[in-house]
Amino acid sequence: MRQIAIYGKGGIGKSTTTQNTVAGLSEAGYKCMIVGCDPKADATRLILHKKAQATVMDMARERGTVEDLEIEEVLLTGYRGIKCAESGGPEPGVGCAGRGVITAINFLEENGAYGEDLDFVFYDVLGDVVCGGFAMPIREGKAKEIYIVTSGEMMAMYAANNISRGILKYAQSGGVRLGGLICNSRKTDKEYELISELAKKLGTQMIHFVPRDNQVQRAELRRMTVIEYSGDHPQADEYRSLAKKMAENKNLVIPTPMSMDDLEKLLMDFGILENEEQQGLGIGERKETSVFTNP
Amino acid sequence: MSTAIKETQKMIEEVLDAYPEKAKKDRARHLAANDPTGQCSACQVKSNIKSRPGVMTVRGCAYAGAKGVVWGPVKDQITISHGPVGCGQYSWWSRRNYYNGQTGIDTFGTMHITTDFQEKDIVYGGDKNLDAALRELKELFPLAKSMGILSECPVGLIGDDIEAVSKKAEKEFAMPVVPVRCEGFRGVSQSLGHHIANDTIRDHILGKGQLESSTPYDVALIGDYNIGGDAWASRKMLEELGLRVIAQWTGDASINEMGIAHKAKVNLVHCYRSMNYICRHMEEQYGIPWTEFNFFGPTKIYQSLRKIASHFDDGIKENAEKMIAKYKPVMDAVIEEFKPGLEGKRVMLYVGGLRPRHTIGAYEDLGMEVVASGYEFGHSDDYKRTYPEMKEGAVIMDDATLYELEEFTRRLNPDMVGSGIKEKYSYHKLGVPFRQMHSWDYSGPYHGFDGFPVFARDMDMTVNSPTWGLIRKNK
Repeated sequence: MRQIAIYGKGGIGKSTTTQNTVAGLSEAGYKCMIVGCDPKADATRLILHKKAQATVMDMARERGTVEDLEIEEVLLTGYRGIKCAESGGPEPGVGCAGRGVITAINFLEENGAYGEDLDFVFYDVLGDVVCGGFAMPIREGKAKEIYIVTSGEMMAMYAANNISRGILKYAQSGGVRLGGLICNSRKTDKEYELISELAKKLGTQMIHFVPRDNQVQRAELRRMTVIEYSGDHPQADEYRSLAKKMAENKNLVIPTPMSMDDLEKLLMDFGILENEEQQGLGIGERKETSVFTNP
Repeated sequence: MSTAIKETQKMIEEVLDAYPEKAKKDRARHLAANDPTGQCSACQVKSNIKSRPGVMTVRGCAYAGAKGVVWGPVKDQITISHGPVGCGQYSWWSRRNYYNGQTGIDTFGTMHITTDFQEKDIVYGGDKNLDAALRELKELFPLAKSMGILSECPVGLIGDDIEAVSKKAEKEFAMPVVPVRCEGFRGVSQSLGHHIANDTIRDHILGKGQLESSTPYDVALIGDYNIGGDAWASRKMLEELGLRVIAQWTGDASINEMGIAHKAKVNLVHCYRSMNYICRHMEEQYGIPWTEFNFFGPTKIYQSLRKIASHFDDGIKENAEKMIAKYKPVMDAVIEEFKPGLEGKRVMLYVGGLRPRHTIGAYEDLGMEVVASGYEFGHSDDYKRTYPEMKEGAVIMDDATLYELEEFTRRLNPDMVGSGIKEKYSYHKLGVPFRQMHSWDYSGPYHGFDGFPVFARDMDMTVNSPTWGLIRKNK
């Protein structure tokens, strides 16, 4: 059984990419499970065709304690027998979602969700690794492979670099490795080259470049993966290709995160950022519109 | 430098030798030979800084200071330990703060109330649980005058907005609901908890109580927690002196008393460490002077009565002399009874923030000598007040470790050790007479004219108990 964690900046398309890839793996005959580690609990929506109502933490709250739960109540089965569980957790601004992830994963482990027959377990983890709870999936004995979803947007690249730092910490104490960057294209300038270069700098590979296609949106509106909704669409083949590459991936590394300066230099080299003199830091496009300018 | 100081310094160095280099350097700053003049700079100890990991400090936490010491004794407030059950359970009336009232009806001192966090409260936040608890409590105990929400560690970690819950409840219930941010990880000891609690009294209670009429003799008794009835013994004396005690903080205190202390003519402070903050505030805000006093043992009591009287007219001053004349024979009789058995006995103290210095006089009245004393959480102003109270060359300890306490005991060979519950049983095993000086070992009061006979009897019974001779000494 290979356990894989998917990280990346919020809104970058982790859940969409994960579910489409898992659909591709299932199609190829692999037995898979997705564990959503995000209080929003939308990591399994495209597989189950609905938002998971019974998350581990929500059920535990209803019952009083997590010990009162049965695994069948929270481990659901969707498209092609893909097992789905969601940690669940609080609405934004209260409580501790990180603790929810820890509790949920412990519950799934203790109750035998990780069956012998599984080939892949995917953890779809919220945004950044903000606290210890969101690093739970990559602790000792859990996911050993991490893929970072990114795009050519500057903040997505910053996030990828930051996540690499987190991986580095756990790589030194445990066995976790970076499997590659998945570029979920936003059609920014020189995106393919930029992410390939970023991957190189991080000591890893861009495992796949997923082009932007509205078919993903159309499938999502029907709460389906592209593979299920329109299996013969070219975008479905992109996910099949990503799935195949991940299944065959042997390139697992300890990442070499970059310093902020190096990262900005990379962006300059690609003409995304201008050098400091030309950058006009803190100056608006039209000077007179700046609220700080005296009339 | 005197020989007494040098000899003690040498002994301290020998004790420190067992430590690794870094620990030794660190701990050396917390141990000193006493110089009563306060001139010798090497004799000043460092205090109120983070304990060294691994030394087995006996310090508590901010929650202990805020809940256990300051807020806990307020009798008509419902004091809620907000968080998992343990903090509330293990601080459940452990300080024996006596009070008058019908528990569960109009007073709640001995009750243990907690929001009892479960995993789900951590993940989803505890505010809803807290809100529900406040409502239930309001319904169950309609005579409660206030509610206090004392934060335990996880509340600070998950960011529960207890202020918002309090504000809402305060409006609805038309009574104070006080959020106290005393998460245990804040600060280096329980001392910060006292400060936090003082600040919440200032912000939520002080100035809001009703006092029907004022007299020129109104005083507030501050920093007496009525352990074993201490505050009652003190209050009785102040009343005999001709003063009117309008507030008693916080032993046997009501919320109304907490709200009117600013109307006192003078604040009388017993425990300086835990309550100096609010006294300074009242001085600045309301112009009320404050004065420290000490009601342990006749010598200090006589001094203190005169000191307190000096803030008032001649009538009160005369009363002080009358009282001294009246009680001196009683106190002398106590001394006469117990001194023969205690004369020359040597005491080692390691207590909290007041008694390491305040009880010295009482021991000396009985002919005993305090050869070592130290604070768990004292600050430099506490030590400054301690140096003159002790003999030259006595050992001063700050945030002492169990190893140091045991080593000093072996080397100084005191006839009695006074410290806390964590130290008690290790001293029993050492076969050294021991007295629990935080809660008076289930005895008391020790304050005032009522307290001294009890104190003398207890010390005699401790030092001279034949039991100690039956314990095999592990030397």
